[in-house]
Amino acid sequence: MATFPELELSRRGILASGAATVAVSGLPQDDAQAAPSQTVKPVSTARVSFTVNGTPQKLELDTRTTLLDALREHLQLTGTKKGCDQGQCGACTVIVDGRRINSCLSLAVMHEGDSITTVEGLGTPDKLHPMQAAFIRHDGYQCGYCTPGQICSAVAVLDEIKANIPSHVSADLNTPARLSGDELRERMSGNICRCGAYSNIIEAISDVAGGAA
Amino acid sequence: MKPFSYERVTSPAEAAAAVARTPGARFIAGGTNLLDLMKLEIETPAHLVDVNGIGLDRIEPTPEGGLRIGALVRNTDLAADATVRRDYGVLSRALLAGASGQLRNKATTAGNLLQRTRCPYFYDTNQPCNKRKPGSGCSAIGGYSRPLAIIGSSDACIATNPSDMAVALRALDATVETVQADGTTRTIAIADFHVLPGKTPHIETALKAGELITAVTLPKPLGGTHIYHKVRDRASYAFAIVSVAGVIQPAGQGRIALGGVAPRPWRVEAAEGDLPKGAKAVSARLLAGAKPTADNAFKVSLVERTIGAVLAEVKGKA
Ligand SMILES: Cc1cc2nc3c(=O)[nH]c(=O)nc-3n(C[C@H](O)[C@H](O)[C@H](O)COP(=O)(O)OP(=O)(O)OC[C@H]3O[C@@H](n4cnc5c(N)ncnc54)[C@H](O)[C@@H]3O)c2cc1C
Ligand code: SF4
Repeated sequence: MATFPELELSRRGILASGAATVAVSGLPQDDAQAAPSQTVKPVSTARVSFTVNGTPQKLELDTRTTLLDALREHLQLTGTKKGCDQGQCGACTVIVDGRRINSCLSLAVMHEGDSITTVEGLGTPDKLHPMQAAFIRHDGYQCGYCTPGQICSAVAVLDEIKANIPSHVSADLNTPARLSGDELRERMSGNICRCGAYSNIIEAISDVAGGAA
Repeated sequence: MKPFSYERVTSPAEAAAAVARTPGARFIAGGTNLLDLMKLEIETPAHLVDVNGIGLDRIEPTPEGGLRIGALVRNTDLAADATVRRDYGVLSRALLAGASGQLRNKATTAGNLLQRTRCPYFYDTNQPCNKRKPGSGCSAIGGYSRPLAIIGSSDACIATNPSDMAVALRALDATVETVQADGTTRTIAIADFHVLPGKTPHIETALKAGELITAVTLPKPLGGTHIYHKVRDRASYAFAIVSVAGVIQPAGQGRIALGGVAPRPWRVEAAEGDLPKGAKAVSARLLAGAKPTADNAFKVSLVERTIGAVLAEVKGKA
């Protein structure tokens, strides 16, 4: 509680936002009926078109739908996970136009024309992305819940280093960004692993990058 | 989340007009702060105006030899810009010390400046909070106040401003450029941008309702050694307990701004004359009149030590 009090609040937040999810997924009636209907404003919807893993998608959504919920509840791409739903854990990381973002803190309707890659789009069970294969080889997970976010993040991190984006631990801002264990740990800090598979995750990423951590 | 209608706009003028036209309307940029607060129903806009399509995403030199940073420039791009890295290193460092790679990819210059406090009671809608609900009281006073302010606070609110970027901008004397629905533009010095809470902690900036930030401008480079030292509860991905932005010249003069201690980036220009005398002297003048709580009194000595660490690092680099 002492270090990050907001985390404690997230459970309440998830309960409070539950009603919107219920309406979308058609789960049992009880919760929906519990909401006093006379105070609920009419739902606004908006259209959005974007590409997910190479496939064009057209959706009409409640404006409140996050990109994460659009992927999971509307497109049935459940590889991307909902952890904290507050941008704190990284389980929902996807790659949009080449950049990793937290899909929970982004509205789906704000992604008109975007190209989105989820863990399903990186590779398939028969043809794994090198990062997926390395996570398996190095045991970069235990329960696996954070893994899709870790893998999307890791793929983007290597691109960020190539693109010479510096990090908090880069010693010199004016020399090209370098790959090291410290760099990877810092750059991956937005992806929390409750099982603590961190050292294997760093080994998997280093393996793909072709260097030792 | 409360229902809201949504609209995309393609120019700054259209954005300002759209917010002025619709009651309860707000701009949304990266969404990383606003959406978080909307999920908790701390923010309840009736209409969102998406400003991601209005341009303002470039970093350009100014005729005065400074830099103009568009309101929509992402924190990642600002930190990685070659000129910023070379001439305004303290800004790159402050940005890179904040949030995570994912969040910085979405977070914008304007959104970062306007992010709201991380006071735990502001986030807990079951607790009184003058900032969230004016007049309801302040739960932090007499409550859990370890992360909160030691100076600049009031009897109504002791929250801190959580932005790292703003601390660097304060050290650099940046200015904020805006436009309003009637087309009026103005510039606001960063020193005047965030306001102290007084009796109205829900008012956090000098912006008028519906005023759109278009850019942040940096004056000519200062030279010197640029350092941002952030002390936090874990090595990465945590808000500052105390942070120090320093731009220190070879003769020992320079500028110091503090984060994590006040409702706005904290800088006292008069204290900077004492920089050559060392951390103790500067810190005493910077924090004159501080009113820490029992929980956060440690920040007073932490500020002195962090300034000391910055000055030592400067010596090490010389
Ligand atoms: C888990 C987590 C950890 C974080 N850690 C840190 C940290 O360590 N340090 C740090 O500094 N920050 C941290 N942040 C905060 C992050 O930096 C902010 O959320 C981000 O900068 C906000 O930018 P945005 O573009 O997403 O803003 P939005 O959420 O889009 O908007 C924020 C506010 O700005 C207004 N706004 C946006 N653009 C304009 C404009 N052009 N003109 C007028 N008003 C505008 C919106 O109406 C809204 O009120 C963290 C966030 C999270 C979720
Ligand atoms: S310190 Fe400010 S934000 Fe925190 S509870 Fe008090 S009034 Fe609210």
